[in-house]
Amino acid sequence: MSFLEYAPAPESQAILNLRDSYGLFIDGEFREGHGTPFASISPATEKHLATIAHADASDVDAAVAAARRAYDRTWSRMSGADRGKYLFRIARLVQERSRELAVAESLDNGKPIKESRDVDVPLVAAWFFYYAGWADKLDHVGLGAAPAPLGVAAQVIPWNFPLLMLAWKIAPALAAGNTVVLKPAETTSLTALLFAEIVQQADLPPGVVNIITGAGETGAALVGHGDVDKVAFTGSTSVGRAIARSVAGTNKKLTLELGGKAANIVFDDAPIDQAIEGIVNGIFFNQGHVCCAGSRLLVQESIHDEVIDRLKTRLSTLRLGDPLDKNTDIGAINSAEQLERIRELSDVGEAEGAERWTAACTIPENGFWFAPTIFTNVSTSHRIAREEIFGPVLSVLTFRTPAEAVAKANNTPYGLSAGIWTDKGSRILAVADKLRAGVVWANTFNRFDPSSPFGGYKESGYGREGGRHGIAAYLKTSAPTVALPSATARKTVSKGATK
Amino acid sequence: MTRLAVPKTYKLYIGGAFPRSESGRTYEIVSAKGAFLANAAKASRKDARDAVVAARAAVGGWSGATAYNRGQVLYRIAELLEGRRAQFVAEIVDAEGVTTAVASAQVDTAIDRWVWYAGWTDKYAQVAGNANPVSGPYFNISVPEPTGVVAIIAPQDSSLLGLVSAVAPALVAGNTVVVVASERLPLSAISLAEVLATSDVPKGVVNVLTGSPAEIAPWLASHQDVNALDLVGAGDLEWIDLQIAAADTLKRVLPPENGPDAAAPSLDRITAFVETKTVWHTKGLI
Repeated sequence: MSFLEYAPAPESQAILNLRDSYGLFIDGEFREGHGTPFASISPATEKHLATIAHADASDVDAAVAAARRAYDRTWSRMSGADRGKYLFRIARLVQERSRELAVAESLDNGKPIKESRDVDVPLVAAWFFYYAGWADKLDHVGLGAAPAPLGVAAQVIPWNFPLLMLAWKIAPALAAGNTVVLKPAETTSLTALLFAEIVQQADLPPGVVNIITGAGETGAALVGHGDVDKVAFTGSTSVGRAIARSVAGTNKKLTLELGGKAANIVFDDAPIDQAIEGIVNGIFFNQGHVCCAGSRLLVQESIHDEVIDRLKTRLSTLRLGDPLDKNTDIGAINSAEQLERIRELSDVGEAEGAERWTAACTIPENGFWFAPTIFTNVSTSHRIAREEIFGPVLSVLTFRTPAEAVAKANNTPYGLSAGIWTDKGSRILAVADKLRAGVVWANTFNRFDPSSPFGGYKESGYGREGGRHGIAAYLKTSAPTVALPSATARKTVSKGATK
Repeated sequence: MTRLAVPKTYKLYIGGAFPRSESGRTYEIVSAKGAFLANAAKASRKDARDAVVAARAAVGGWSGATAYNRGQVLYRIAELLEGRRAQFVAEIVDAEGVTTAVASAQVDTAIDRWVWYAGWTDKYAQVAGNANPVSGPYFNISVPEPTGVVAIIAPQDSSLLGLVSAVAPALVAGNTVVVVASERLPLSAISLAEVLATSDVPKGVVNVLTGSPAEIAPWLASHQDVNALDLVGAGDLEWIDLQIAAADTLKRVLPPENGPDAAAPSLDRITAFVETKTVWHTKGLI
């Protein structure tokens, strides 16, 4: 019996009482949507979990109107101290219901329970706790005295960290005094709807948080809505571009957290054991469904063979399977579509001449799965070195000098994150200075904290989430804003009319 | 017998040199009273691309210079502008048809603006960045860095002050600039380029194009190697189309501003063109 054989240790689902169907959460209560409801399934079993309401344009209108009323009548007039108290309540409620939320997240998203339990949900609570404390200290954000909230925030989030991305969006928005309409991703609506229950338990005034479910067109209707003052989006660069186009000429403030193709640079003097763990965490955490994933390993030529050998050994010990099993390292791919994309790009990698290695592991019969995969002999022109795969696939490139490592790391239109592994402190500082990326991890990877700003350079988007910068993105100085030239009004009207 | 004056040929300013437009085109600049002043170069799409190439090449040196050094260079611009004060006043009186007092005020304000921004180079990072108290054994710090190449459509109703107000803040952090000058009032922009060329500003850090903003701006807005777009002077252009074009490469965009307060001095103008980099340094265990 190999040490990899073990008795299953599934987390109990008894803690979770899912309803058969969920409505839209508008103005403090659940209501039917006007679109055709859709099913949410478990990507690990393809079993039906719940039926989810589908918001159409009229539902978006209703949600934005509820948020506007709540903003005008309640939330923008409330003291910062009281707003903070509501957010502290939410943080505590998340902690109280953390196991239930973790189970729901793993069930709906496919990520291992040890990640949802130990990373996602604790960070959700931390995010609300951190921003709760900002609510009555806005004078110190750096925008002068008494900065003003923006109004109604339209927030669209992805499926890779469903509840965590919700927290990244809602916590700073509310602390700053905005109200929100949030749309979770189509395949991962459940925890957002459980969060709506938490909002009810916290007795938040109706309309401060509205959650509408649906697909891409629901999100487009939300960000394009004329009564929205702020748009925050996390997702693909192509959708980010479309949103940037749609807000052109408006007064909407925009934050975009988009794709990435991060370099994880390993120098020959790196602490190898830690580096191997860091490489694994960098690209196989959350099945590689991470915008800041270390998907390009840049390893110094002299240690290439050793690193690859050790990496293969380590990957052979990863356990792929039931996301609810506490031993599971690699869960399910979130959807059939995403699995197809990973397969397609991996096949392209092989066709372009890179060498493919896949960990030997048993793939469950049902559900969507992709075994941890490494490509060696990758060159910078290969598509697997340029395009975001968003799956458990690592492309390995080599370098000889620090300058070559920096040049290769920066050779991408993205600029979200990067990693540096070396024992030499001065090299960390010099290389970190030259990397064109918004987050750099030195001798670690994929760390997140509510006090730490996160966001990209170049085509990875703009704006920051987390920390003081993260709340500034939901505020403006109280000085009167300069009116845009009249061309704006004309153009905006004509743009609206053609849509 | 009066001496016959020697008029200046106004050309473009690209990569530290003063070339004519590659297109060979010029357009006539007249005074407020309609008298001929000069033939300015009418920059083409290719001139704009050349300017971006020069600006990109200059990013490493300018952003890599110490903040103290950048501050001294920007202050040096103020010094040299002060020395050529009379020339700019005369140029503005001719071009804008204002009184000497009004023109002098514009030049003085422009000089003082360089001084104000020069002082920010080694301070803005202390205001815009900070250490972050993360939950774990990490030293975590956020610092602002220049975004790269900034394309600017300068305010169109000002010879000097509008241009300076838009260009100076973009330079503070270490960005390099391609600026399209006022179409009607471009001569002071080229005279300013002469100041820049002799102020220890490295070549390519500022590139000045004259001509039609409506013609040049779309090429800059869609250019793949431009990181940010300041539309401060684009209010009369189809600027929403420019912003839409800029979305394809996710450029950072500032909207048009109108009136005498356009591009008023502010820290926001500096931080509009910076990126925040957050570095997590793992602490060792002792």
